[in-house]
Amino acid sequence: MSTSTATGSRRRRHGAVSPWAPYLFVAPFVVLFLLFLVAPIVVAFVNSLFSRQSSGLGFGGSSIEFVGLANFVRAFADRDFLVGFPRVLLYGAVQVPVMMTIAAFFALLFDTALVKARRFFQFTVFLPYAVPSVIAALLWGFLYQPSVSPVLQFFESIGITLSPLASTVVLWSIANVALWSLVGINMIILFSALQSVPREMYEAARIDGAGEVRTALQIKLPMIAPAVLLTTLSSIIGTLQLFNEPQVLQTITSNIPSDYTPNMAIYATSTLGKDPHLASAMAVILGLATLVVSLLVLAANKRTTNRAGHGL
Amino acid sequence: MASDVALPPVRDSAPVPDGRRRTTFVSGERVSRTWMVIATAVMALASIYFLVPVVWLVIAATKSTGDLFSTPGFAFADFNLLENLRALSTYQGGIFWRWGLNSIIYSVLGSALTTLVCAITGYALAVYRFRGRTALISVVLASLLVPGTVIAQPTYVLLVTLGLDNSYAGLLLPALVYPFGVLLCFIFAQSSVPLELVEAARLDGAGELRIFVAIGLRLLASGLVTVLLFAFLGSWNSYILPLLVLTDAELMPLTVGLTGWNQASITIPGLQILTVVGSLVSIIPIAIVFLSLQRFWKAGLTAGSVRG
Repeated sequence: MSTSTATGSRRRRHGAVSPWAPYLFVAPFVVLFLLFLVAPIVVAFVNSLFSRQSSGLGFGGSSIEFVGLANFVRAFADRDFLVGFPRVLLYGAVQVPVMMTIAAFFALLFDTALVKARRFFQFTVFLPYAVPSVIAALLWGFLYQPSVSPVLQFFESIGITLSPLASTVVLWSIANVALWSLVGINMIILFSALQSVPREMYEAARIDGAGEVRTALQIKLPMIAPAVLLTTLSSIIGTLQLFNEPQVLQTITSNIPSDYTPNMAIYATSTLGKDPHLASAMAVILGLATLVVSLLVLAANKRTTNRAGHGL
Repeated sequence: MASDVALPPVRDSAPVPDGRRRTTFVSGERVSRTWMVIATAVMALASIYFLVPVVWLVIAATKSTGDLFSTPGFAFADFNLLENLRALSTYQGGIFWRWGLNSIIYSVLGSALTTLVCAITGYALAVYRFRGRTALISVVLASLLVPGTVIAQPTYVLLVTLGLDNSYAGLLLPALVYPFGVLLCFIFAQSSVPLELVEAARLDGAGELRIFVAIGLRLLASGLVTVLLFAFLGSWNSYILPLLVLTDAELMPLTVGLTGWNQASITIPGLQILTVVGSLVSIIPIAIVFLSLQRFWKAGLTAGSVRG
């Protein structure tokens, strides 16, 4: 298999490499990429333009016919599908800033010498990330049920009745599960970025009399802006895809319908509704919506993006 | 391009000297003791939030179904952990352990292969200049914006077409496409594989594949731990694709199996405690592996992915 070194006919300084070596190296990825990333996108687009038409009473079998944009029209007429979008956008607009603020706060706190037993606390903040998100949802599902939850029982005993599964708050109970799972990984990424900033950067600020808080907000945070952008962006993409937590919590409450989020609607349409063509149209719409939101975030962070680009 | 930047060491927490003064020094920095107490108290409060569900899980796993509902959540009742584990092992012919084995197959085999694919791709992008290189980098970057779970449904349709649905291959192959991992490897390779070294090996007559294995993989090792762990967690957590692709219970990973039990526990009361014990059993090994490896991949994160 070894691609033996080519003869030194060309200039050695730039590597007398057999010209097809790099292509062999990237081939596995490119093939898999085409097969399992590009092809599904193409399949989704093509599928979304077709529909299964059953003839007569369904006895005469069915045929797949080109229907143009009819599936998209149906998707856009589906109020339950559409209503999922503002729901996940609202969810993301609250969950992402809260999570990133807490993660940044912890990271900055850990970066100072102020916290004793730092390793232990980092461990506890990070531990939930090792719990698969559906297992986390199962766990919190128990803690959200008054019959088993020690937390709800505790609040009850001091006169506060909480019902995290009520239709008005269930969205934030889902957000809590995601928050619990993901603060740790974001904290670690931001903390690692902070640790790689040379300490001398802070000396000047200290000599100028800046306190810990000012140093943190005006020097440390800007220094790790690319990391903040990266984690924020991936969090935003994550919220639009919201599926695991509500799908699991759905089993313990009637306040989460099967089309609660766009992704759940796609899943329900594909499996329960048995209409993969409509589901494909919905997947295309969700994919485009995610793309638009991601590009908006990137544009809004143009300046930091440029710096991130240099970082790469 | 390639500057062999030494990895900045991740600072370990320095021992805190017991000072009687109002200020104290930690790794050369002057620290107010009042603020230290406040900061530590804040973290202690916060850690309760992160620990409560886990502590509840540990306690709940030792209870019988009756005690689960009739005793306080944070109090131990009759110790039934062993009975629960026995029930977990025998229910439906011990299918829980089969799910565990499946999860291990999907994550260990999957993440190892994924890391290898990412490593060789990222290495090639950093070391070689070839036609289509810039285009490939752009495509990898752009594909980061493609939401994974959105293409789950079309991926399922495709797997059905290929006849790969409801099979190990059907779950393993799509996981091998990990553009973020390729990007990380590309960044790692740029900063840690000196072109001069590759050139020297070439002059010594080594083949390209051999250079990659002997030099590239070795220099990339610390960064690859990061990719490996993210890929591992990705497949360990994977839910929507196996949910769509697998109909055979024998092939399911823990996530799908346990949520299925949770769903069924509405009508089968004994399943509730099995879900609890099963969750605990499924978390313990991964938590140990993950946390014991964290210093490796934390160093990896520092070295490459997110520098300013």
